[in-house]
Amino acid sequence: MISKQFISRLGRQSQRMSARWQSTSPFAAYEMAPLDPIIGLNEEFQRDDFPQKVIVGVGAYRDDAGKPYVLPCVREAEQRLVEQKLDMEYSGIAGDQKFVDLSLKFGYGEDSSALKEGRIQGVQALSGTGGLRVFGELIRRHGQKHIYVPNPTWGNHIPIFQNSGLEVRKYRYYDASNSSLDFDGMIKDIQDIPAGSCVLLHACAHNPTGMDPTLEQWKQLSELFKKKQLFPFFDAAYQGFASGDAILDAASLRMFVDDGHLLGTIQSFSKNFGLYGHRVGTLSVVGSNADEAARVVSQMKMVIRPMYSNPPRHGARIVSTILDDPKLKSDFYEQCKGMANRINTMRTKLRDELEAVGSTRNWDHIVKQIGMFAYSGLNKEQVMEMRAKHHLYCTADGRISMAGVTTNNVSYIANAMHDVSK
Amino acid sequence: MISKQFISRLGRQSQKFSTRWQSTSPFAAYEMAPLDPIIGLNEEFQRDDFPQKVIVGVGAYRDDAGKPYVLPCVREAEQRLVDQKLDMEYSGIAGDQKFVDLSLKFGYGEDSGALKEGRIQGVQALSGTGGLRVFGEMIRRHGHKHIYVPNPTWGNHIPIFQNSGLEVRKYRYYDASNSSLDFDGMIKDIQDIPAGSCVLLHACAHNPTGMDPTLEQWKQLSELFKKKQLFPFFDAAYQGFASGDAILDAASLRMFVDDGHLLGTIQSFSKNFGLYGHRVGTLSVVGSNAEEAARVVSQMKMVIRPMYSNPPRHGARIVSTILDDPKLKSDFYEQCKGMADRMNTMRTKLRDELEAVGSTRNWDHIVKQIGMFAYSGLNKEQVMEMRSKHHLYCTADGRISMAGVTTGNVSYIANAMHDVSK
Repeated sequence: MISKQFISRLGRQSQRMSARWQSTSPFAAYEMAPLDPIIGLNEEFQRDDFPQKVIVGVGAYRDDAGKPYVLPCVREAEQRLVEQKLDMEYSGIAGDQKFVDLSLKFGYGEDSSALKEGRIQGVQALSGTGGLRVFGELIRRHGQKHIYVPNPTWGNHIPIFQNSGLEVRKYRYYDASNSSLDFDGMIKDIQDIPAGSCVLLHACAHNPTGMDPTLEQWKQLSELFKKKQLFPFFDAAYQGFASGDAILDAASLRMFVDDGHLLGTIQSFSKNFGLYGHRVGTLSVVGSNADEAARVVSQMKMVIRPMYSNPPRHGARIVSTILDDPKLKSDFYEQCKGMANRINTMRTKLRDELEAVGSTRNWDHIVKQIGMFAYSGLNKEQVMEMRAKHHLYCTADGRISMAGVTTNNVSYIANAMHDVSK
Repeated sequence: MISKQFISRLGRQSQKFSTRWQSTSPFAAYEMAPLDPIIGLNEEFQRDDFPQKVIVGVGAYRDDAGKPYVLPCVREAEQRLVDQKLDMEYSGIAGDQKFVDLSLKFGYGEDSGALKEGRIQGVQALSGTGGLRVFGEMIRRHGHKHIYVPNPTWGNHIPIFQNSGLEVRKYRYYDASNSSLDFDGMIKDIQDIPAGSCVLLHACAHNPTGMDPTLEQWKQLSELFKKKQLFPFFDAAYQGFASGDAILDAASLRMFVDDGHLLGTIQSFSKNFGLYGHRVGTLSVVGSNAEEAARVVSQMKMVIRPMYSNPPRHGARIVSTILDDPKLKSDFYEQCKGMADRMNTMRTKLRDELEAVGSTRNWDHIVKQIGMFAYSGLNKEQVMEMRSKHHLYCTADGRISMAGVTTGNVSYIANAMHDVSK
C-alpha cells in the first residue's frame, strides 16, 4: 500500500516541513535536560565491557548473586490477588482505605493510642517521592515557605520541595572528616530554626550517610523540637529493612508521637517490601484530634486530584494482603530481616576485607552505618579513579550501595577502595 | 500491659495536650475541603436505600448487569505476567520503553510516517490526569502562560492546568440550546487565539458533551490551526471505546499529524482497556525531528522525577502483553468494541423509551453523541428532582453515564427523565 513514490514524497515533504518548522515548532527552545545522576551511572556501567565490573550505585536490594529479589510473600500475595479476580476500578483519591489502615498500624504500631484515637490519618501515596511532593504542596498552600532538611540528604528531596514551591534550607548533620553524626552542629542549627517551621527527619537509615541518632539523641531532638515548636516530618523509607527489626526502625517516629508531637510521615514500601516499581506508600499526619486529621486529609486530596487523580492499586493490594494475613505477615518480617541481615553481613565483610588487604584507614563507619548505603568517605577523585581503573561504579559522593555487595565481589571492592585511598 | 490507670492518665494528658495544641498545631488552620462532586454523588447514592435507585454518574464502564467489567484479555495478560515471575524493579523515569512504543503505535498508527522517522516520542504517564499535569507543568516551564480548553470540558482539566501554573481560557464548543456542536462559535473563538498558544482538543468522544466535530470539521480545524500557528494538544481517553473502531477514533489525531502539525497527546488506557485503577497512560509529542522529540522527553523527565520518580509497572505491563500478542490484541479490539456497542445500543434504547413514554422533546442528541456520556440537556433543577423524586443520580450538569444504563433500568431512567422534563 505504501509505494516508493509515496515514501520519497513523504521524505521531500519532511524536508520542506523541517525548514518551515524551524521557525514554528512549539518545542524549538527545549534543551536536552541533564541525565539523572544515577541513570547516568547505570548507563556508563552498561557501556563498560570489563568482565569484573561492579556497580554499587543503585538503591535497590540485590541478593548474594547480585540479582533483584522479589520477596516470596509478595509473590504469594500477588498470585492470590490474581486468583481472586478483583475488579480494576478507581480506588478513590486517597487510595485503598484498608491499605492505609494497615500501613498506619505497621508504621505507628498496632497499639498506638494516637491511632486508636483517630488522630492519625493518611492517604495512599506514590511511594516516597509522590508522598513527599503531595506533602510539600500541601504545606506550601498552608503558609509554609521553607522546609529544613539534613545536610546531606537524599538528592531528590531538594527538587521535590523546590517544585512544591518551598525554599529548601539545610541543617548540619554529617561530619565528613570523622564519618560520623555531627550532633552538636545539628542541635545548634535546629535551635536557630524559627518556630512553626517544618523540619524533615530521616526516621532511620539516613540516606546517604547511614548515620542515625541514638535513642538518647532522638530524645534530645524530641525535647528540642518541643521547646522550639518545630513541626517534624518523618521520611520513613526503610522500616524493617534497616536493622531487620520493624519495631526498632520505627522507634524515632513512635517516640515523637508518644512525646505529643503533631507531625507528618511518608512511609515508602519500595525497599522493605521490594515493591519498587509498583509505587506504594502512605502519607499521614498526626493531628490534635480526629477532626483535624480528617481536615488535613481532605486537603491532601485537593493536591492529589489535579496531580494524578487516584493512586495505582496493585502494589497497595499486595501490601494489604500480606499485612492482613498472619502467616504472610510473619513471612514478610522474616524475609525483610533476611535482606537486612545480608546487608549487615556484607558491611562486616567489607570492613574486614579492607583490613585484610592492608588498609590503615579507619573503616569502622561502614559497620556503624545502617541501611542500604555506606558513606565511604572516598572523595570525588577517588570515586572517578575507581571507575576508570577498577571498573567499580558508585555515586560521586562516595556512597556505596551495600545491597550491591556480594560474597563474590566484596574482595574486589575492598581492593579497589584500598587502592585509591592508600 | 496497658493498665486502666495508664489509659486514664493518657486521657487526661490528651486533654491537656488538646488545649495546648489548639495554639501550636501545624494543622490548626486547615479547613475541610469540599468533596469531589463525583464522589459526593456516589456517597449520596450509597446512603439512599430506595430499592430501584440508579446511578448514572461515574465514568466507568458497567456491563448489562450493572457490574464492573474486566476485559478477558486483561485477565489473561495479568495471569501470564504473574506466571512469568518478573521482577518489580523501578522502570525508569519514562516508564517501560516497550509499553511506550506499543502505545504510540496504537495511537498514531502502525504505519505512521512520523513515528517511523522517530519524530514521535513519549513517556509512560499516570493515566490521563498524570499525563495532563506533566504536560501542563512542562509547557509552563517553557514559556506558556495559558492553555485553551473547550467550553465545557472535563471538570478536572481546569484544576490540573491551574495547578500547573497556567491560566485556563475557554473557547466556545457546545450549543446547549440545540444540544449540538457550536462549530461557528468554536471557529470564531479559535481565530482569536494568539499564535503559538496551546489549545486542547478532545480527540474523540468529547467529555462531557459527547459531541465531536465531523471529519470535514476536523479538516477545517486543522487548516485553521495551521493558519493561526496554534499548538494542538490532544486528550485521547477513549480510543476504541467511542465508536468501537480504534482507527476511526484516532482519525482526528492522525489527520493533524499527517497535515504536518507539531503537537502533544495524552493517551489514557483507563476506559478502553478497563485499567482504571492501574493508572496507565502515555504522554507524547510529535516534533520536527527525532532530536527535538528527544529533548522534549528529557524535559518531561525533569517534571516527573520530583513528582513521583517513575510510574507504576503493572498496568503498563498488561497493555504491553496484550498489544504485543496478535491473539490478545485481536481479543482486545473485539472486547473493547463490545463495550462500545453496548453503550450505543443503550443510547438507541433510551431514546426509543423516551419516545415510548410520550416525551415530545427531541432526544436525538442522545443517539448522535458518542462515547461514555450523554449530555441530556436537563438542567440543574431537573437533575435534583430526578434525585429526590426518582432516586436517579447523575451529575448536576445533566451528564448521564451511558455505561450505567442497562436493559434492566433503561425504562426506569426514561420515565424519570420524561417526568422532570415534560
